Amino acid sequence: MAYIGDYEIVIGLEVHAELLTESKLFCGCSTEFGAEPNTHVCPVCLGLPGVLPVLNEKAVRYAVKAGLALNCQIADFSKFDRKNYFYPDLPKAYQISQYDLPLCRKGKMRVMVNGEVKEIGITRVHLEEEAGKSVHSAETILGSDYSKEDYNRTGIPLIEIVSEPDMRSPEEAKAYLERLKTILQYTGVSDVKMEEGSLRCDANISLRPKEATKFGTRTELKNMNSFRAVQKALEYEAGRQEEVLRQGGVIVQETRTWDESRGVTISMRGKEEANDYRYFPEPDLVPVVVERSLVEELRAELPELPNSRMERYMREFGLPEFDADLIASSKPLADFFEEAAKQCRDPKAVANWVMGDFTRLLKAEEIEADRSKLRPRHLVEMLALIDKGTISGKIAKTVFEEMFATGKDAAIVVKEKGLVQISDEGEVTRIIDRILAENPQSVTDFKAGKEKAITFLVGQVMRASKGKANPALVNEILRKKLAGL
Amino acid sequence: MMIKREDVEHVAMLARLELSEADTEKFTRQLNDILQAVDKLKKLDTANVEPTAHAAPMKNVFRPDKARLSWPQEAVLANAPDPVDGFFRVPKIMEG
Ligand SMILES: [Zn+2]
Repeated sequence: MAYIGDYEIVIGLEVHAELLTESKLFCGCSTEFGAEPNTHVCPVCLGLPGVLPVLNEKAVRYAVKAGLALNCQIADFSKFDRKNYFYPDLPKAYQISQYDLPLCRKGKMRVMVNGEVKEIGITRVHLEEEAGKSVHSAETILGSDYSKEDYNRTGIPLIEIVSEPDMRSPEEAKAYLERLKTILQYTGVSDVKMEEGSLRCDANISLRPKEATKFGTRTELKNMNSFRAVQKALEYEAGRQEEVLRQGGVIVQETRTWDESRGVTISMRGKEEANDYRYFPEPDLVPVVVERSLVEELRAELPELPNSRMERYMREFGLPEFDADLIASSKPLADFFEEAAKQCRDPKAVANWVMGDFTRLLKAEEIEADRSKLRPRHLVEMLALIDKGTISGKIAKTVFEEMFATGKDAAIVVKEKGLVQISDEGEVTRIIDRILAENPQSVTDFKAGKEKAITFLVGQVMRASKGKANPALVNEILRKKLAGL
Repeated sequence: MMIKREDVEHVAMLARLELSEADTEKFTRQLNDILQAVDKLKKLDTANVEPTAHAAPMKNVFRPDKARLSWPQEAVLANAPDPVDGFFRVPKIMEG
């Protein structure tokens, strides 16, 4: 839905990603997640008088790498600025950020939406420090009499990635976020966990009459805790704005917070005035000059990115575009697939297992492919057993689940669970004879020309053999028997 | 550029400063004096001068990404007027 009523939807996103450094952006406090409150805090974090921030070199390298992965130009000369505002999670009453000279700008990203490629511009990527964490006394901030502040997170390095207002539907916004997450994950600069807050997204949305070239007044949406929430908040807000405009009203430029439980956006009155941040150059930090040689060094360190992998999977392994894109969209999954596919005759079979049973089991366990006990070699061995006829494709599902649960080798699982396929003609014949004797009606039906009856009989034989009978052999013998009856 | 009374009131509000009538008058006058002094610099030809981002002629001062011990929690909270459970407790943030 690029349009709602008589209006076109225009969306731009601001994404914050915590960088995977060991220490904070301007001091040596640890960035470890989940520590006791206020135990990773020092005078620099607290902004006590007389302290001086010193820039973490790795954070600069990571920010430049992220910029390169997003096809940005890297600034020769960059500096930090103070963004001034009062909020309890900001002990210094200013955030050190970058205003007019960000590290990276003018990038772009390609996203697949409904099978079509869409290019989305990246305005800038800049480096800034994280704020602390507030725990409110009641469920919502408005209902709370007081809040508790933990400054462990204060000063963790963040990159802010600002997109151009290039998205035309909530669905495109979600696709952009998913691909951005994948790129950051591939690049290894952030662990991009939205649940732990290491990836966050604010959205700007406005409507304009179809054919109009000027943008309408936008609102900024905050407090979405998942990609789905971003999409839902945007859908709600597009509907709300359309209704206001349709009834002849005007959109007020404001910040609105997403209320997940009620599924609505709520105006945060009074925040507009505070949007006067009085940026000025941070006098405590000297400028950053990124040498071309460093840019080239970091560019060389970039891994192969998802789009390139997707194209290679189509070329090298003959995967359809949809499959290739799906597998490439998670680095651990893509790594797993590649290692297995290289050792197999049939990469498509590998892709099917990876996208099907493997992805389903990973989701149920809520882990990524690199944490699975089932390794690529397990899948390779299992596919070889299918090829040799030792196990059937159906039994393989059971083997796969057992390998996933225990990390045991395929051959061992087959042996321990007695899952070897029954390909012995005598044994299969014995089972078939019994089933035919038990189901005279089906035999009559088949004789009367009801082809379906044989499907039922095959099913009964498979069931009687606990799925172990070789299906091809069952079919062959059954047909012979029925023909002779 | 002229600083108006409303500008001073606005900046004071952003800085959460409460100014008396007399203070507002005085600061409006003083800020205009400062701007007039700065205006004199405009007469200089700076066409070939790079904008100054920092007073010190330095660049790229970094520290390696190494974590070190932080302060103990008691020390961090020593100046907190109302700590609770290891947190800084703060009054109501937003009026409903
Ligand atoms: Zn610190």
